Amino acid sequence: MLSNLFPNVEMDKMWVATYETLYMTFISVFGTFVLGILLGLLLYLTAKGNLWQNQTLNSIVASVVNVSRAIPFIILILLLFPFTDFILGTIRGPNAALPALIVGSAPFYARLVEIGLKEVDKGVIEAAKAMGAKTRTIIFKVLLPESMPALISGITVTAIALISYTAMAGVIGAGGLGDLAYMEGFQRRNNDVVLACTIFIVVIVFIFQFLGDWISKRIDHR
Amino acid sequence: MISIKQLSKSFKTKDQTVQAVDNVSLNIEKGDIFGVIGYSGAGKSTFVRLINRLEDPTDGEIILNGQDMTDLSKSQLRLERQKIGMIFQHFNLLWSRTVYENVAFPLEIAGVPKAERESQVLELIELVGLKGREQSYPSQLSGGQKQRVGIARSLANDPKVLLCDEATSALDPETTDDILDLLVSINEKLDLTIILITHEMHVIQKICHRVAVMEQGTVVEQGDVLDVFMNPQSKTTKRFVQQLNPQEGSVDELKEFITSDDHSEVVKLHFVGHNAKRALISDVSKQFDINVNILQGSISPTQEGAYGTLYVEFQGEPETIESVMNYVMSTGVEVEVIKHVE
Repeated sequence: MLSNLFPNVEMDKMWVATYETLYMTFISVFGTFVLGILLGLLLYLTAKGNLWQNQTLNSIVASVVNVSRAIPFIILILLLFPFTDFILGTIRGPNAALPALIVGSAPFYARLVEIGLKEVDKGVIEAAKAMGAKTRTIIFKVLLPESMPALISGITVTAIALISYTAMAGVIGAGGLGDLAYMEGFQRRNNDVVLACTIFIVVIVFIFQFLGDWISKRIDHR
Repeated sequence: MISIKQLSKSFKTKDQTVQAVDNVSLNIEKGDIFGVIGYSGAGKSTFVRLINRLEDPTDGEIILNGQDMTDLSKSQLRLERQKIGMIFQHFNLLWSRTVYENVAFPLEIAGVPKAERESQVLELIELVGLKGREQSYPSQLSGGQKQRVGIARSLANDPKVLLCDEATSALDPETTDDILDLLVSINEKLDLTIILITHEMHVIQKICHRVAVMEQGTVVEQGDVLDVFMNPQSKTTKRFVQQLNPQEGSVDELKEFITSDDHSEVVKLHFVGHNAKRALISDVSKQFDINVNILQGSISPTQEGAYGTLYVEFQGEPETIESVMNYVMSTGVEVEVIKHVE
């Protein structure tokens, strides 16, 4: 029955594409998480009244973040072609999409991280200082754990944006479900393939959202 | 133990300089419970933050155990802070950590190995009366229990000084008393010096040995709690003392007795320490041919003994009243005449 509804869908290709999409998503989510937290911490710590208060550095980081967020993703991929080629030696395939995916979403996530860190009770930071904590201890034992539910729900939102970015990256030949929908579906007028790819992506998004909500809830003891 | 000399702190805002703490000098003895009282904005919170340098002083010295806190390097300051406990109005616990983990936090900071931490943490949790709640999260505790965790945490590195920043201001009166009792017991058990900031006179009365009254960044009055209570000098202190006995000092209500023309004398008696336990009034009425009319009275217990005030009217012959007065004064009770016999 399914083969009647989706005559042109080849499951082998679907699974390969799904794997590629998940591969790009996982690695870019990980990269975004690390880079975003670094940038977010830098934004937070250099802000006025915080541990590394530094107006100049804060403005520099903030403008880097704002500028890269302003570039449309599809253009960012093109802009990053030379960089991608330089570090990976190729501009095709799932790996080639990773730099653009991470550079494109880390600044967005960094802002979410900054918001999460701002929510951490100033009194708790003061208490840690009064106990004689080093800045490193305050970052790793106070700031990050206390903002973790916000960091997790932030990365969930970002991950979902990343899944749609991976589909867009398909247009430049990165592989994945977006690529399949475009090449096999749209170009060959096989609407059933487009629909099947959509369903797969929606399911992946749902799973990510569910996982994110679940983890965030588990670790929130407020 | 702690000697504070000409300590000042000013904050610069865009268009003005605010003198939060202004030339404060204090001496605090080892084992003292030292209270600093003032209305909000008096600079008392800034003052306590200067002691462990959460705020850097603009001027002055803080000598703690012979060590000048103001000329420590950053890393020396961190080590010194580990020996100063601090508790806060809003407890400032980490919600992401259990009671056990919160109490263990200062030990982690001080680099105590994990194996040694356990017995210390459990001991502290027991000391503050939270045995069995080790695995609870702060959100599962009441306000009083949270402050107990705060106290356990502040004691973890075996400090010599405990700073309390409005530690009971967010608690209801009953819980406040429980926490104050706990502070007194650790003060005695551990010979811990406690510096306590509050706006509640009740707190000073209940546990402090010595008190300083702050107003607009300066200390307007300081000394033994009993002395300050007995003879408040500044207006602010008088207002605070009156908080304790709201009806006291409202001489207006005694007008009827004060303005009457009969042979009577209205006096205010101050009882301090042991005197507060004397049966003075029944003594007087037995020994002298006189009628005693009690108008108003109250008694307030403090750490250094009780103190009370009593308004009475003596009715009788002027000569008898005079000898009564002499007798009363000879017992050491202070007398203030409100209305003289005609």
